[in-house]
Amino acid sequence: MSIVIPEPKQVAAMSEIKNPVIEASKLGLTFQTNDGPVQALANVDLTIGKGEFVSFIGPSGCGKTTLLRVIADLEKPTSGNILVNGMSAEKAREARAYGYVFQAAALFPWRTIAGNVALPLEIMGISKAEQAERIKRTLDLVNLSGFEKKYPWQLSGGMQQRASIARALAFDADLLLMDEPFGALDEIVRDHLNEQLLELWGRTEKTICFVTHSIPEAVYLSTRIVVMSPRPGRVTDIIESTLPRERPLDIRETPEFLAIAARVRDGLRAGHSYED
Amino acid sequence: MNRFKPSWQAVLAFLLCLASVASGSIAAADAAGVYPYEGTRGLILALIAGAALVSMFRISAILEALVLFIGAHLAAWLLIRGIAGVEGTAKAPFYLLIAAAWLLAWRCVAVLSSIRTGSKQASMALRLIVPTIFGAWILIIWEAATRGAGIPFILLPPPSSIGVRIVNSLPILAADVNQTIFKAVLFGYLIGCGAGFLVAILADRVPFMRRGLLPIGNMVSALPIIGVAPIMVMWFGFDWQSKAAVVIIMTFFPMLVNTVTGLAASGHMERDLMRTYASDYWQTLFKLRLPAAAPFIFNALKINSTLALIGAIVAEFFGTPVVGMGFRISTEVGRMNIDMVWAEIAVAALAGSLFYGVVALIERAATFWHPSVRGG
Ligand SMILES: Nc1ncnc2c1ncn2[C@@H]1O[C@H](COP(=O)(O)OP(=O)(O)OP(=O)(O)O)[C@@H](O)[C@H]1O
Ligand SMILES: [Mg+2]
Repeated sequence: MSIVIPEPKQVAAMSEIKNPVIEASKLGLTFQTNDGPVQALANVDLTIGKGEFVSFIGPSGCGKTTLLRVIADLEKPTSGNILVNGMSAEKAREARAYGYVFQAAALFPWRTIAGNVALPLEIMGISKAEQAERIKRTLDLVNLSGFEKKYPWQLSGGMQQRASIARALAFDADLLLMDEPFGALDEIVRDHLNEQLLELWGRTEKTICFVTHSIPEAVYLSTRIVVMSPRPGRVTDIIESTLPRERPLDIRETPEFLAIAARVRDGLRAGHSYED
Repeated sequence: MNRFKPSWQAVLAFLLCLASVASGSIAAADAAGVYPYEGTRGLILALIAGAALVSMFRISAILEALVLFIGAHLAAWLLIRGIAGVEGTAKAPFYLLIAAAWLLAWRCVAVLSSIRTGSKQASMALRLIVPTIFGAWILIIWEAATRGAGIPFILLPPPSSIGVRIVNSLPILAADVNQTIFKAVLFGYLIGCGAGFLVAILADRVPFMRRGLLPIGNMVSALPIIGVAPIMVMWFGFDWQSKAAVVIIMTFFPMLVNTVTGLAASGHMERDLMRTYASDYWQTLFKLRLPAAAPFIFNALKINSTLALIGAIVAEFFGTPVVGMGFRISTEVGRMNIDMVWAEIAVAALAGSLFYGVVALIERAATFWHPSVRGG
């Protein structure tokens, strides 16, 4: 018996992707700091289609957060162009095109968990009845039912992060931007949340941009993996996953999975220069 | 098992009793050669030495505290009652015995603070009793020292006569409190804090105002604003309005500076979060920045509660109708009625503490989430 390991192919050409949600071309961002300019992003060309799950992986300081923040219009690029849902990033933000999950939970300590999830709904002027319904639904989704009346500081770090994910899901944006959302959690909780995230993605047709440091996490979750490297921050490799959309946790032991993981590792090594 | 557990306070109190026996009469003899209250001396000694001894046995903490409490305070009361009427005659044993009683009270407080109870009421009561005993002993020592050494009334009256003066002049004190606190202080405080808050928000909205106002605000906060009181009296007349004006000026800048600082206190990530929701200025202000600024704003409210009282009282020194706490202090000092001055000071201290306490309670309720309140 022989197992055929398909060669992961590199796909980057923009023309192949239909329904683009994010289109970045020649994107660059240089921070002016006291020690001179820092080139956080250089020449990033990237197109992400509707319904994709794209992971960004790379060593610390390679501009993953910066890229996500540019997409979210929290940072303005200094060169190149970025389109979100076919409009400028600023217009997209004003149209509440995306939910953003930060590296830390950033819950408001004076609001209960339910109150925190309600925050974007209040700002967007959603009716009280609808708010209650959505709070219940999203807290169910992240397994936090029963904690509505608790305050964030009464919850563990993992529960806080799940509450912040519920908050990002509550207003049902089609695009989710997640910056190392599970970085601070232990392996078991992480696996569990990964599964739930995949399940959610499978059900809802959302487009997800996901920053991570973990190769298995990136391979397990993504339809495409964007490998980045620092100084200047740039995209060095884009790996298309051949895994099926339906992914049980033990898919991580299959040769196919391991082959993609090895491919990502090679990409990271190639982009990582050790001269300093 | 050892049935003794001596504490250093009890041992020292016992030694002080012995020393007082060895050092002669408790008070100087009067003209007729009679030694005053020598008769109660045995009782006082027995109370202190007895309480000290009992406290050294292994008994329950409550019982020990009770014995110490009774011994110390009864002895102190007998001593002070004895010296009353023959002020200035106290000799060394008088002070030795007061010191011994004080040590027992110290031990009593130490025992009380070590008690751990489950019930909420009991621990609440303990939290009140300890500072009360503490405060009582400040008064006891004050009373014993002024009467024992016969300190002239003009310099420092004993607290008991201040208390008598307060009870006898309640209507006057009430009128003064009404004039100074319920008119000048409250009005000025509300307007001053409110205006400081609103201008802070205006300064936040209009950047050039922030850059212009903040340095001035910081500078003015450091100035002795009370110096403007005579000018305010010229502008707004003798009645409480001019005092309220002083209070407004004094409370305005601390509120302004603190609110502006507080509005900058919310984290970057939280503000970015609001941006991702395309939240407008007012939504971000009310849902994020004001709640985050609440600890700073309450800080200003507490500072201002003290400043307002000082401002109103001192401003009355510069002209006022014949009522008001500051007016009373400045006139009664001139008429050598020092006990009345102290009575006003005591009332001002009480009112100030109450004012501060109410603001602090509201703060606890409003900023329950802050680490300093929730104790995390
Ligand atoms: N506001 C800023 N001002 C100046 N330099 C910045 C700023 N934000 C990021 N940088 C710089 O840009 C580069 C990329 O930062 P970024 O946070 O995007 O990295 P990252 O890939 O997210 O790293 P990590 O994995 O550690 O989170 C870094 O060199 C960083 O120092
Ligand atoms: Mg980052």
